[in-house]
Amino acid sequence: MAQRALSISAGLALAILTLGPIAAVLIRAGGLGSFRPGDFEALQFTVWQALLSGFFSTLLAIPVARALARRQFFGRRLLISLLGAPFILPVIVAVMGLIAVFGQNGILNSGLAAFGGPRLDIYGLHGVVLAHVFFNLPLATRMLLQAWLAIPAERFRLAASLGLTPWGQFLTLEWPLIRRIAPGAFAVIFVICLTSFAVALTLGGGPRATTVELAIYQAMRFDFDLGRAAMLALMQLGLATVAGLIALKLAPSQGFGVGRGRQVPRWDGRSTMARTFDMIWIFLAAAFLLVPLALVVLKGMPGLFAGAGQGTWTAAKHSVLVALASTALSMVWALPLANRKGELLSVAAIAISPLVIGTGLFLILRPFVNPFTMALPVTTVVNAMMALPFALRILRPEAEAVEHDFGRLRQTLRLTTWAWFTRVWLPRLRRPMGFAAGLTAALAMGDLGVIALFADPDRATLPLQVYRLMGAYQMEAAAGAALLLLILSFGLFWLFDRGGRAGADT
Amino acid sequence: MKTPMKAFTFAAGCLSASFALADAPVLTVYAPDYFVSEWGPGPKIEELFEAKCNCDLQFKPGDLLPRVLLEGDKTEADIVIGLNTDVTKKARESGLFATHNVALDGLTLPLDWTDDTFLPFNYGHTAFIYDTTKIETAPASFDDLLNAPDDLRLVIQDPRSSISGLALVLWVNAVYGDKAADAWAKLAPKIVTVTRGWSESYGMFTDGEADMVLSYTTSPAYHIIAEGDETKKAAIFPEGHYFMVELAAKVASTDQPELADKFMEFVLGQDFQGMIATGNWSIPAALPKDQWPDGFQKLDLPEKVLFYDETEAAALRDTAIEAWRSALSQ
Amino acid sequence: MLTLENLNVDMDNSALTGTLSLAPGRRVAILGPSGAGKSTLLDVVAGFRPLRAGQVGWCGADLTHSPPNKRPVSILFQDGNLFPHLTVFRNLLLALKPNGQRASEEDSVRIEGALKRVGLAGMSGRKPGTLSGGQQSRAALARVMLQARPIILLDEPFSALGPALKAEMLGLVRDVAGNLGALVVMVTHDPDDARRFAEDVVLVADDKVHLPVATAAFFANPPEAYQEYVGTQ
Repeated sequence: MAQRALSISAGLALAILTLGPIAAVLIRAGGLGSFRPGDFEALQFTVWQALLSGFFSTLLAIPVARALARRQFFGRRLLISLLGAPFILPVIVAVMGLIAVFGQNGILNSGLAAFGGPRLDIYGLHGVVLAHVFFNLPLATRMLLQAWLAIPAERFRLAASLGLTPWGQFLTLEWPLIRRIAPGAFAVIFVICLTSFAVALTLGGGPRATTVELAIYQAMRFDFDLGRAAMLALMQLGLATVAGLIALKLAPSQGFGVGRGRQVPRWDGRSTMARTFDMIWIFLAAAFLLVPLALVVLKGMPGLFAGAGQGTWTAAKHSVLVALASTALSMVWALPLANRKGELLSVAAIAISPLVIGTGLFLILRPFVNPFTMALPVTTVVNAMMALPFALRILRPEAEAVEHDFGRLRQTLRLTTWAWFTRVWLPRLRRPMGFAAGLTAALAMGDLGVIALFADPDRATLPLQVYRLMGAYQMEAAAGAALLLLILSFGLFWLFDRGGRAGADT
Repeated sequence: MKTPMKAFTFAAGCLSASFALADAPVLTVYAPDYFVSEWGPGPKIEELFEAKCNCDLQFKPGDLLPRVLLEGDKTEADIVIGLNTDVTKKARESGLFATHNVALDGLTLPLDWTDDTFLPFNYGHTAFIYDTTKIETAPASFDDLLNAPDDLRLVIQDPRSSISGLALVLWVNAVYGDKAADAWAKLAPKIVTVTRGWSESYGMFTDGEADMVLSYTTSPAYHIIAEGDETKKAAIFPEGHYFMVELAAKVASTDQPELADKFMEFVLGQDFQGMIATGNWSIPAALPKDQWPDGFQKLDLPEKVLFYDETEAAALRDTAIEAWRSALSQ
Repeated sequence: MLTLENLNVDMDNSALTGTLSLAPGRRVAILGPSGAGKSTLLDVVAGFRPLRAGQVGWCGADLTHSPPNKRPVSILFQDGNLFPHLTVFRNLLLALKPNGQRASEEDSVRIEGALKRVGLAGMSGRKPGTLSGGQQSRAALARVMLQARPIILLDEPFSALGPALKAEMLGLVRDVAGNLGALVVMVTHDPDDARRFAEDVVLVADDKVHLPVATAAFFANPPEAYQEYVGTQ
């Protein structure tokens, strides 16, 4: 069947792009490198912080998503969009924002000091987790929220008519949903955090917070020990695959059945306590996520208004082009992979160190083309690949629900693959696709990833430009460029996400 | 002069720098990322060299040595500029670099330099930078720094991912030798955090998150010259400061050997040396102090300079990093 | 002739067995206790459920291994018969243009005609969510009409409707099927449906598909298995 062939080729492309670079690096190195004593500690810390980060991001997302799903208030849509922003910030910018809030000199400590409170120290394991939660809470929240909104309103009506207690409703409606979505969200976050490096180091306060990715960086850039880098990269891949397998095992895949698509008001959560509780959660999440962002914005204003240089504008143009191309590619790539195997494959793919992928691709491409001219295409492809697991995590549950709910109708109507795809699948998946596309675009804007080896002065992307400016003492211009990056990323995210939701009432 | 008509349709801005003839030979130069931004020294170097070489100088920014090593003798590079002493050993052993034939008697480095492959073009020293409006009396020596109260907040770079971080552990080793571990134990409580690279640290310092940042003796020059701000100073220690130098080298497999030689000469020439101070915010390697820009003349510089040659550094590196790691992991 | 020979179908804790043959144009009700396998039997005919053993045939052709979309069957489910994001018109169009192409002039005429037949004239632009339950059933039935397949399967499609509405819908099905000359197989748990609509009754009980019996005869002399089930209700 055409559909199957498509799935297989999409999966194959992904596998080749994942394993090919590692293989290239391995071949070049002539074998795996050795394991060093410090590596075990690094591995331990890496796994532990990733577990905690995944756990807290997912756990905290539950009440936030629940509150957002059942409350209507002015600015809710904007808030939901804004809450996605931390996820798309370039690492260095986000870390600066967090430090401005939670740092020794940050507003939180200043506030506490004014009231004679104790001094909080952000640096340590808790700081690492805090930063990772900052990045990933929005992702987990949106994934849950998406699923929450996909529960047919009839189910809530039924729950209301049965007079279910809040706990009863939680158990019958919400818990199955959490069980369906949370393990996957956890797995994706766990895997992203596996390759954390700069965040873990900076907020971890020093070498206690050494991750495997740092060891890879050291092996690649300082020791030029490719075998060791490949060995460590395979270790990351192994961890991610295990995490992915466990998560997919834990998550049952049945949906909630077909709704009639009617808009039915919610009956639950009307008590004062429930309202207060929800509002507190929304407020806390908004404060946690938006205050650091606001500081990034404030800090970047002078630099932006002073007029970003020509280089910054060119870089911005490149980034937008890369982002749009990555998004298109990622969507085309994701749709045939929206199944269990595809998701597992994609999760494994992001666990591979961008450095190793970059180096591997460089080795693969070099005999055929001048890698420098390939800087932007390579970035586009790798960014699309890196965004796949997020896109799939968002799309797959909905895609499976469509399949589950309408698969028989499809058969009995004898719909062709094309008709099914264009008339049913795509329209039904509009909302999650908008979200996934927005996320991909924003991620592709912010990702520095593989470009280091391929860089070309005329083909810099905006995140690279931020680093270049900082490296040349242009802190203010860098802050301005970072703000521009934030605005553009968020703009793209908003456009796609909004596009997916506009008029998607049924 | 025969110029293709097409060139005139370009924006005026394009004409100033890369006004190369279509068939001019191309000199490919690998340089670090910060080199090529409009704020780095790259554009100026290109302009100056092209003015006298009748060639087209093209920068390829990014990783230096890893890339050259990956490419081996098929590399496109004719010149690599911006190398540090921590990689020269590996670079030399690769056999990918050629000797430079440049007379070294014009060097004005604070130490003897006789390397016939790697040519220094600017230098500085590791130093802790502070803000005089926040710290009235900075530590007057390394010992003072170790014994400073623990609420003095330092931010440094990781020696495993950053050259300045590596220079710091060698610096501590050079000052304290066997007692390096004790020194780190005393420093540890003052270290707010360790960052991956210099940029993150310096950003934290300018944001007020740290009182002192590991940087270079030349950092205040940027603030003096570009911002007219004289409040950023390097704390100078009589124990000495670790020497940090940036190097250029000619690639052995270059297809433009004459042009490459010309470039190597150019690096120590007046044009390059006169510009590099404010171009790369470092001290020119071959320029007497009285010809430095004003802001550089105002810099506090150490009397004593510490340095391990590449063989010593390679031998010491792992122990020095381990001393740092174990003390800061407590 | 729809023939089911020596069926053996896995169910949750047992297996459904039996042999059955139904003539084109007949209206057949399937009765039986909940969980006995009534819907399973429909799934077998429609091709949604694999057989452990046995054969499914239609007028001499072996359908046993045909996928659902190759069978001469249209089916009305309990719910989810219409895509909620498409208008009624587009939902119906899919029956005529399963490849998703646009409607031709002729398609539009046929769709409007079908809608008129089921009493939904002028509603083609509405989305299912804005229709009442009865109207949704009508729209789905209009689509069955357009599909014009020789076998129509009904899986308790009108159970959510009131008695009057249900009677009306069954009348409509009878007309549609009559026009098409189609065999109708309807699963129901309501004996009145069977009496009103069906010519034959097939009892599914005790893991067995019983032989069809003429409706009047069935109710005049109900089999023991049926009495037990009615009695225990």
